[in-house]
This record gives sequence, structure tokens and C-alpha cells, in this order.
Amino acid sequence: MPDTIQLEVTRYSPESDEQPRAQTYEVPLRKDWVVLDALNHIKDRVDGSLTFRWSCRMGICGSCGMNVNGEPKLTCATFLTEYAPGPVRVEPLRNFPVVRDLVVEITDFLEKLAAVRPWIVRREEKPLADGEYLQTPEQLDAYKQYSMCINCLLCYAACPVYGLDPLFSGPAALALAQRYNMDSRDQGARERLDLLSQHEGIWGCTFVGECTRVCPKHVDPAGAIQQYKLTAAQEWFKSVLMPWGGSQK
Amino acid sequence: MSTYWWLERWPYLKFVAREVSSVFVAWFVILTLLLVRAVQQGPAAYAAHLEWLRSPLLLAWNAVSLFFVVFHTVTWFNLSPRAMVVRVGGRRVPDFWVAAPNYVAWVAVSLAVAWLVLRRG
Repeated sequence: MPDTIQLEVTRYSPESDEQPRAQTYEVPLRKDWVVLDALNHIKDRVDGSLTFRWSCRMGICGSCGMNVNGEPKLTCATFLTEYAPGPVRVEPLRNFPVVRDLVVEITDFLEKLAAVRPWIVRREEKPLADGEYLQTPEQLDAYKQYSMCINCLLCYAACPVYGLDPLFSGPAALALAQRYNMDSRDQGARERLDLLSQHEGIWGCTFVGECTRVCPKHVDPAGAIQQYKLTAAQEWFKSVLMPWGGSQK
Repeated sequence: MSTYWWLERWPYLKFVAREVSSVFVAWFVILTLLLVRAVQQGPAAYAAHLEWLRSPLLLAWNAVSLFFVVFHTVTWFNLSPRAMVVRVGGRRVPDFWVAAPNYVAWVAVSLAVAWLVLRRG
């Protein structure tokens, strides 16, 4: 195994650069190093101006998402040796505006996430004296997978629809909407449906499936969206055939 | 984003091929309707239709169409577990067992149709 590997890292300083450009660094190639280790090595020893997000370095915070050789990855979970002999292209997450170097502007996602109301919505709250909302293992199983989302946005980087249509809600927001829809304690499915059964919501999705493939937590947003489409279609038929009621809570 | 975004990555190309395959499915529908019309118009029209089907250009085109129709079917069946969560006895049925019945039904119907078409008398 060679001693070093080359990283081609995107650099962009909005105050001085017209366009992003690539800068090449040579970093040690260690068996146990991930791409994030290489970036931290560069920042600590070579070029302190390199700017990137990271936090937990163990695949749970969702901060370190970047495009590595064109593929959205968590850089804390992507080993350098996988790309030997290199070079390795490290770029900011695709489909988001670049703030500086490898840092992207994620406000659009945060707004879309808030719009789906990702919390337990109750029509009526149980009084405290009645105790907690109980849930069987089967009820937990219905939504648990979608609750694993760490908002790393790799799915948005992979989704061509999000790249082509900035109004599209995107995989994570829709999967998280489903996480609450499928939660037995939630009573907000109707209001989420009214919001999301539109072109910018679930119907913009054409089931490319890349979101599910790149998701590091196996959330399967594509599955969540297709199941949501089925529910939405059923609700639409019910509203047409039985307009007097009998539809979703 | 480039108009040719779908050429940049293999999974995107497969996706676009999957979507385009629906055009070939529509072609097979038209082909079936043309066959029905030829049968309805009598033996001479039917013979002419068969002659037309034998032309090299149409054979080549239909071979390509068959490939895409099969591709369409296989990708559709393989994606069905994503869209349908089947629970039996509180446990989720594995993807294989959600996709498999589609294939079984496909083979069964094909065999039935083949028997109908190929039997004598």
C-alpha cells in the first residue's frame, strides 16, 4: 500500500473567487483513516483555511456529508483505502448552494422539514394524570425505520428531482412526514396529507431510488414516499366516492 | 443542472431507461391492437400483417422493444416491495416474498396464454 494519497478538494471563497476550484493535497494513506481524517489532517497540518462541517465522526450527527468521487457520502464513514491509489475528489454536497469550500447552505431543507410538521400532532391532548401514550412493538415497528434519519442530506444530493426542481420537498422531509404519519400517537396525518399530496410534495418524486441507495442509516425514503403515494391515492378515491367522511384522522 | 444529468451516473441512466421503457410497452399495446384489426379484417389482411411483421426492420425494432418491455416488467416487480409493506403476524414480509408472487403470476399467465395460442383444434 503506498504511503500517501492525493485529495482534490473543492475550494471556494466567496469574497475572492468567481467560481469554485479544485486544490490538490497529498495526505498519509493510513488503513484506518477515513476521508474526514484526511480533511482534518489538511486543516491541522497543511492548510488551516480549509472549511468543512463535521462533529461526531461516528455517523450519527449527519454533519459531514460531502460528494466523494461524485457519490454522496458521510466522510466519517468512508475509508481512504477504498479509493487507493487515488486521487480522491472531495466536493461539497450536490444540489445545495456552496457557502465556502465544502460547506453548503441547507436552509431550504430546514424550511421544507418544518413545513411537514415533524412532531406529534394531537387533536386533543391526554391529561397528564392519564399517563403516557402506550405503544406496542408492532406500532413502533411501523415507523421506526423512518425515525433513523440523521438529516445528513445525502439523499438530497443524490436526488435528480431535487436538483432539477427546487420546489420539491425532497426525500428526508417526506420520509420524516411518514415517520409521524405512521406513529400511532400522532393525529396529524390529514393536515400533512393536504400539504404534501401535491407536485412539490410526494407527487414530484419519480422513484429514481437513489435516495434509498445512498442513505447511511437505511431509512429507505423512496419506500416511504411510494407508500405515502398509495395512501394519498386511497384518500383521494375515498374523498371522491365518500365525500361525507370516513377518511383519515 | 445539465440537460444530460442522466448520463453522469450509471444509476441515473438505468432510471431513464426504465422510464423510457414505458414507450415500448405502449408500442406493444398498439401492436396488439393492429393484430386484432388484421384478424378482424379477414385472412388476406391477416396474411399481409404477418408479412409486415416479418420484415427485418420490424423484427429488429420488436426485438429491442421486447428487451425494454422485459426490463420494464423486471424493474417494476423488483420495486414493488418498496411501495407495499406487507405484514403477516405483526412481522414485515421480506422483500423477496413480496416480489416473487409477481413473477409466479407472470409465468402462470404466460403459460396459460401460450397453451391457448398453441393448442391444436
